[in-house]
Amino acid sequence: MKIIVCVKQVPDTAATMEVENGNISWGDAPLIINPWDEFAVEAALNLAADQGGEVTALCLGKEEETEAIKHALAMGADAAVLVSDPALKGSDTVAASKVLAAAITKIGEVDLVLFGQQSVDTDTGLLPVQVARLLKWPSLTLVSKFKEVTPAEGSLQVIRSMEEGNQVIKSRLPAVVSVTKDYGEPRYPSFMGIRKASKAEYPVWTLTDLGIDPPSSSISWPEVNKPVEKEIVTEIIDGDTPEEKAKTLVEKLIAEKVL
Amino acid sequence: MTKKILTYIDHFHGKVQSSSWEALGLAAKIAADNGGEAAALILGEGVNDLADLAFHYGADQVFLADHAILKDFRPEPLIEIITKAANDYQPDVIIFPTTTRGRTLAGMAAVDLDTGVMVDVIDLDWKGDKITATRSIYGGKLLAKLTCSTSPEIITLRTRAFDKPEPDTGRSGSITHLEVSLDPADQATTVLDHQEKASGVSLTDANVIVSGGRGTAINPTLTPPDDLDEAGAEVWKAEQGFDLIQNLADVLGAAVGASRAAVDAGYIVYDHQVGQTGKVVSPDLYIACGISGAIQHLAGMRSSKVIVAINKDRDAPIFNFARFGLIGDMHEILPPLTAGLKAYLEG
Ligand SMILES: Cc1cc2nc3c(=O)[nH]c(=O)nc-3n(C[C@H](O)[C@H](O)[C@H](O)COP(=O)(O)OP(=O)(O)OC[C@H]3O[C@@H](n4cnc5c(N)ncnc54)[C@H](O)[C@@H]3O)c2cc1C
Ligand SMILES: Cc1cc2nc3c(=O)[nH]c(=O)nc-3n(C[C@H](O)[C@H](O)[C@H](O)COP(=O)(O)OP(=O)(O)OC[C@H]3O[C@@H](n4cnc5c(N)ncnc54)[C@H](O)[C@@H]3O)c2cc1C
Repeated sequence: MKIIVCVKQVPDTAATMEVENGNISWGDAPLIINPWDEFAVEAALNLAADQGGEVTALCLGKEEETEAIKHALAMGADAAVLVSDPALKGSDTVAASKVLAAAITKIGEVDLVLFGQQSVDTDTGLLPVQVARLLKWPSLTLVSKFKEVTPAEGSLQVIRSMEEGNQVIKSRLPAVVSVTKDYGEPRYPSFMGIRKASKAEYPVWTLTDLGIDPPSSSISWPEVNKPVEKEIVTEIIDGDTPEEKAKTLVEKLIAEKVL
Repeated sequence: MTKKILTYIDHFHGKVQSSSWEALGLAAKIAADNGGEAAALILGEGVNDLADLAFHYGADQVFLADHAILKDFRPEPLIEIITKAANDYQPDVIIFPTTTRGRTLAGMAAVDLDTGVMVDVIDLDWKGDKITATRSIYGGKLLAKLTCSTSPEIITLRTRAFDKPEPDTGRSGSITHLEVSLDPADQATTVLDHQEKASGVSLTDANVIVSGGRGTAINPTLTPPDDLDEAGAEVWKAEQGFDLIQNLADVLGAAVGASRAAVDAGYIVYDHQVGQTGKVVSPDLYIACGISGAIQHLAGMRSSKVIVAINKDRDAPIFNFARFGLIGDMHEILPPLTAGLKAYLEG
């Protein structure tokens, strides 16, 4: 089975964010693999181990942005591809999806493309469905479990979640799947894996390599700000016993009209 | 000028996600301001009755497809109908609620219609000649204002960020039935089964949420059964703690939330997790019990209108974000709090 897993790198979730002249920065906080993508890498590695096959990590980003790829390789991915081109600055999700779809097509003969559920930075959750639509492959979002994977028959069965519950769905391959946290804990990279990843070489493709023009973007974000902090006046509820405190809180909540 | 606004009504087997009505309500407001019209798009099987509801919530006209192939949620057949309807009607704006299905369909529609999506929007300004949408990024640490340069502009709205209108049962309008000519044999996916979620109030729709963290398991007064190992004993204690939370939630008609620490330790399933890697919620009242207030937890709930924190550590960061703070043991405070609120609400 040939599996691609798409990974992004993001500032650590505990980072303090700043905006200067419209540029977003996160001080010296480390860049990490998007935490959701670790679940996708874990799923990809397990599927490849069960079915035989290889896992390629695919990342779109600046040339020096290697943390996500390195982490996927250290977890055990067989290969990686970085797509990098200055023309991609400011790409919206449709533009980014066009580039990812072109890279997937160039890699070729892919059975399955896995994504994380969404990125923790810009958080659109759109790439998995847009890449699927561009490739004209079925899109299976928020998958927690792979029930049956039969590449020989060109099909797979997964459990995907929605607000009202789970759907068991059968799909043709190739398909695009986004993986949720319910899939199960991702492995830690082994010491050997980290060493291997630090030495790994992988191609860096430009748009010319992909044979496409810079895709145009419809969405722009002319203004990014820190939210005005809501002035919160915290009132500590006093009382000698838990009962007294509870009684005072009930009165306060009634007065606050939130019940 | 924004004249024609199409709203996708998201539902599951005919049960409408109330964020769909929030979206339709907003569409009706924009249409009224601009002398335009609000249209609703309803797709599914056995959904004819939803048209009346759409009129009550503000639609001027309804596009409806009722067909067996649309019974279960599958994005591929649905998007075919959505794209065709959009190409025929030529809306200026298409609005989806940011439900799991709405997000998926909005993303695909942008590809099909060669445009863009402004996703999970919390505020919208349509007063000028361009629409400006505000969304929250980096776990709520930044806000971005967005515009879309192509038509139709596609927007998904965060649940509970916009008011749900009062239904006006006197309203009606015209219904256009859409043709469905999809071949079942051509479909790439088949839905084999649906597993209902255990009932309970959904986190994202809830007006009130009561959440528990690691503190649910910290209760020295309890003696766990002898046959449990350390981890088992901890989970057993946490279950008693979450029972107290559930009791309060029942009285308030609230949903139950949890911190990631509680989920990771196996106290409660992931569906309940609030935070950056869980659900982002914005209820009127959020009661955090035994939760420290880590930045990733705050990312999921700090836009709640009123936050109450119950924590035995006076220095817990959660108190900086709480309107009301109760310093003490949640296991001691919850029972009288539940009783007091019950007496008030029933009185
Ligand atoms: C302030 C701001 C607001 C924005 N708002 C919007 C908006 O509303 N609409 C819009 O269309 N665009 C928007 N964008 C642009 C968007 O962030 C980029 O197009 C980005 O490349 C993809 O979006 P995402 O990170 O949200 O991905 P998501 O769709 O949330 O990511 C889902 C999964 O896709 C994969 N993935 C994500 N990024 C990459 C990558 N670079 N390489 C490989 N795999 C990847 C990962 O598996 C990830 O888990 C915004 C950008 C900024 C800076
Ligand atoms: C990438 C990433 C993503 C994350 N995503 C999330 C997320 O989505 N959601 C999330 O919640 N966290 C998330 N976290 C984890 C987060 O950093 C914290 O570890 C977590 O929120 C802590 O949970 P807690 O408050 O229950 O536990 P703790 O931090 O251990 O706090 C327990 C609190 O309970 C109090 N307490 C103890 N006993 C009692 C008692 N009997 N009565 C009253 N109070 C008591 C203590 O004083 C303490 O303040 C994420 C972390 C990372 C790195």
